[in-house]
Amino acid sequence: MDKRKTTNNLDWGIILLYSVFVAIGLLVVYASSHDDTKPFFDYRQLYIRQLIWVGTSAILAIFILVTDNKFYTSFAYIIYAAVILLVVGVFFFGHEVNGNKNWFEIGSFQLQPSEFAKFSVALALAKFLSNQNINLKYNKHKMMALALIFFPALLIQLQGDTGSTLVFLGFFLVLYRFGLPGEILMFGVGVLALSVFALVIDKFILIGILFFLAGTSLYFIKRNRSAYLIIAGLFIGASLYVTTTNYVFNNVLKLHQQQRIKVLLGQEVNVKDADYNVRQSKIAIGSGGFLGKGPLHGTLTKYNFVPEQHTDFIFCTIGEEYGFWGTSLFVSLFLFFLTRILTLAERQRSKFSRIYAYGVASILFFHFLINIGMTIGLAPVIGIPLPFISYGGSSLWSFTILLFVLIKLDADRLAVLR
Amino acid sequence: MDTLASRRRVVQMVFIIISVIFILRLLFIQVLNKSYQQLANNNVLRKVTLYPSRGLIYDRNGKLILFNQAEYDLLVIPGQLKKFDTTNLCLTLGIETASFKKDLLKAYTYSRFKPTVIVKGIQPELYAQLQEDMFMYPGFYTEVRTVRTYPFPAAAHVLGYISEVTPKQIEKSNGYYQQGDYIGTGGLEQYYEKVLRGKKGVKYVLVDVHNREQGSFNDGALDTLAIPGTNMYTTLDINLQLYGEKLMQGKVGSVVAIEPSTGEVLAMISSPSYDPRLLTGRNRGKNFSKLYADSLKPLFVRPLKASYPPGSIYKPLLGLIGLQDEAIVPSTTYSCPGAYYVGSLRVGCHHSGFVNNIIEAIQHSCNAYFCMTFRRVVDNNKYKTVAQGLDSWKSYLSSFGIGVKMETDLPGVGYGFIPGSDYYNKIYGNGRWNSVTIISLGIGQGEIGFTPLQMANEMATISNHGFFYTPHLVKKIDDDTSTVLKKFKEKKIIPIEKQWFDITVEAMKEVVEAGTGRIAQIPGVTMGGKTGTAQNPHGNDHSLFICFAPVENPKIAIAVIVENAGFGATYGAPIASLMIEKYLNDSISTPRKYLEQRMFDADLIHHHFQPTPEH
Repeated sequence: MDKRKTTNNLDWGIILLYSVFVAIGLLVVYASSHDDTKPFFDYRQLYIRQLIWVGTSAILAIFILVTDNKFYTSFAYIIYAAVILLVVGVFFFGHEVNGNKNWFEIGSFQLQPSEFAKFSVALALAKFLSNQNINLKYNKHKMMALALIFFPALLIQLQGDTGSTLVFLGFFLVLYRFGLPGEILMFGVGVLALSVFALVIDKFILIGILFFLAGTSLYFIKRNRSAYLIIAGLFIGASLYVTTTNYVFNNVLKLHQQQRIKVLLGQEVNVKDADYNVRQSKIAIGSGGFLGKGPLHGTLTKYNFVPEQHTDFIFCTIGEEYGFWGTSLFVSLFLFFLTRILTLAERQRSKFSRIYAYGVASILFFHFLINIGMTIGLAPVIGIPLPFISYGGSSLWSFTILLFVLIKLDADRLAVLR
Repeated sequence: MDTLASRRRVVQMVFIIISVIFILRLLFIQVLNKSYQQLANNNVLRKVTLYPSRGLIYDRNGKLILFNQAEYDLLVIPGQLKKFDTTNLCLTLGIETASFKKDLLKAYTYSRFKPTVIVKGIQPELYAQLQEDMFMYPGFYTEVRTVRTYPFPAAAHVLGYISEVTPKQIEKSNGYYQQGDYIGTGGLEQYYEKVLRGKKGVKYVLVDVHNREQGSFNDGALDTLAIPGTNMYTTLDINLQLYGEKLMQGKVGSVVAIEPSTGEVLAMISSPSYDPRLLTGRNRGKNFSKLYADSLKPLFVRPLKASYPPGSIYKPLLGLIGLQDEAIVPSTTYSCPGAYYVGSLRVGCHHSGFVNNIIEAIQHSCNAYFCMTFRRVVDNNKYKTVAQGLDSWKSYLSSFGIGVKMETDLPGVGYGFIPGSDYYNKIYGNGRWNSVTIISLGIGQGEIGFTPLQMANEMATISNHGFFYTPHLVKKIDDDTSTVLKKFKEKKIIPIEKQWFDITVEAMKEVVEAGTGRIAQIPGVTMGGKTGTAQNPHGNDHSLFICFAPVENPKIAIAVIVENAGFGATYGAPIASLMIEKYLNDSISTPRKYLEQRMFDADLIHHHFQPTPEH
């Protein structure tokens, strides 16, 4: 196939959306970080740096579009291995930022390999699941898929980057779409709910409630031996889980993570530093009102009241300066973007491409979920960027690569037989 | 694959549900709940209070006796601290490292981003030194404040001091005062607080998260300037005040000097006094508790609050009442056997012999004569009962401002005490007492009590031949639009005929020329006066003296009380006359220098607080 044909099949809609997001990102990074005491075109100005990241991302995008798509299918595992090597390398050659040792530093240029791990897992998972012999009905294959996902996640967690680790949970959506039984997803949601309850409610009361639930469900469903066993097993498992959750919470999580979760659950409101971020963030967003304060008129974000406002809390600037119409438009636009990716996914003939597309959608969705959820006080404070918007080269590059590989695969969808 | 393809919808539903939850949450935060907008304003806008400087105070001759000086506070924003040399900073400031570190920790726990005052009241000299080193201490800032400064170490009780407002005062002020503000306490600072304090200004500034100013809000449209306090001129003569305080050193008591023609207080001394500078600046709290604990009560304002039995200095008043009420006539005589006898009662008298008239009675301070006069006043036929007689006597004394509140311009003015019929009815029962029961009132002893201010006012009134202006301490307030000073222009006329005053003045002149107060004589100055010795149940008698000069055209009337110092002539008269001489002649004549020196040297506090066995 020749190049012209490739360009013809490009999904310009998604490229346009990408460009819009990147432009919004540049605008709000400028709004939240510009320093009038320095010249406009000054390398120290963050928006100038971001502009450089955008430029290099465009080059990356073009590079990806002209590369043969077979490169990604063939080298999926190799890319996966290479990224894991990079992640491991950080342990030895890494540079510590904010207590997390997950950066490479080359001169004044920093790179965060964990950002690229998501992309490599999406590729490897696509490769693995697209194999005809693999079926997620089999426990062995489930385990293999989970290992594929959570090995790099574990490495990243060991570096202290809980945020990036959580994003890997997004791959459950991919597994679900491609055959993982729904019960497991339900089970996961159940465990999450139980964890929250275990931290909020006294464990004995909670066990009492569980006992009551077990009893009533036995009453309503048909009573046979296996039902008894399953419900009794669930009850005992849940009770054990509940009793150990507090232990795990207090002994495994870091103090600031414990505090952030407690703040989210409303258990701690007076810890200055723990709820400071969320409080300031909510105040900034809330102060925007319906119409917002207008572009570049966000006083709170301009005067540094919101910490990390150009990176993880960039959504505050949108909220403060553009108000409810701006935020709701942004959320709708992002939803449209995610839906568009799902549409792209479903039109792929190649199973690899389709699985990869779901990987992309899941990763973007989890960033969207945790990042915005955090700024409006619905998720614990976990530092992960808002895709395409947050300041930062590694994240913009990795999201660009993630998306444009999909665009490339999609452009070539007609040339693929399977 | 069909079943699995339908899972696309499930995934899509998850996306949609989350997005809808987000939008609803945003709707709540941004549109429905307005409190975030208020919180945002608090975050960004900081109301900075601009403190006005307090009004200055001058003495009657235009000498500055109270002004403001810059003083500095050291503030810290813990979040901006870098590593610094604690020892060096503490050394510069002259404070202890340990307590400084403790305060720093306290500031850190309070807030990392808000400034906390860590060292208060740094003097300008020290500040100059500190200023040069400030670059070494990022995170520390200085803030200027004004403090009261006293060029003369005098008149502490008259001026008062300023202290931090109490929660009660904040509550009562309708929002004017805020935590940490200063307010006048005691003296003129308290009475004229509203004149002196000026008006606070407000500046709204935009600040960033580190509390750094980023500019003014709305171009300062809402800002108001601080209006400095108004300057005042007191009636005090600071030189006379200083001189009097020096004379009163080592003695417990009071001096009040008044200009009779205006009621202006020339000097008001409460001894022991203290240096007003002790109650400003960094050691204010420490010094205050030391003064507070002092057994001699240096913080007690004796001229206003202390009430003493007037003893003989009250006799001229009794004479005036007797003459006016026709209980006696000027030529009433009395043969004094050295005491006044009635029934089994005996009132001793320092003098004995025949008293030809009231002038001689005052001149020699005859107790018997005035016991007789008092009984005639109280048992006067004009009144049906002794109770009415006593109340009439009381109302005469009230017209002199005695036993009632003297509406002067200092806080905490005492009433003194004049017993009336109610008082004795309560003690003895209705009709169960008579003039003999209360005979001690005839010689100014017993329940009767005058404050030093009332004694001085008595003297001023007599020297004026029957009127006074309420004694006061402020002469003029710059651009005064209020009516504060109006009441001091009101002439108070005593309901006693002028001729009786003429006789009394004559008698008091005799006291100094040829009576008990001869020691007060000043060459070339005509003077009237009266000695007094107030019996004191707690110890030695108090020495009292009131006098005025010149007799023809009184410029100064003065009352002196020295506690536990014996006869009026021993300390009261010399001190009073020295002050008059100083005020009228500006210097002490050579023959009286030794008297002056004796007064300077006399240390009665030491004397009666270390009981010596041979006395």
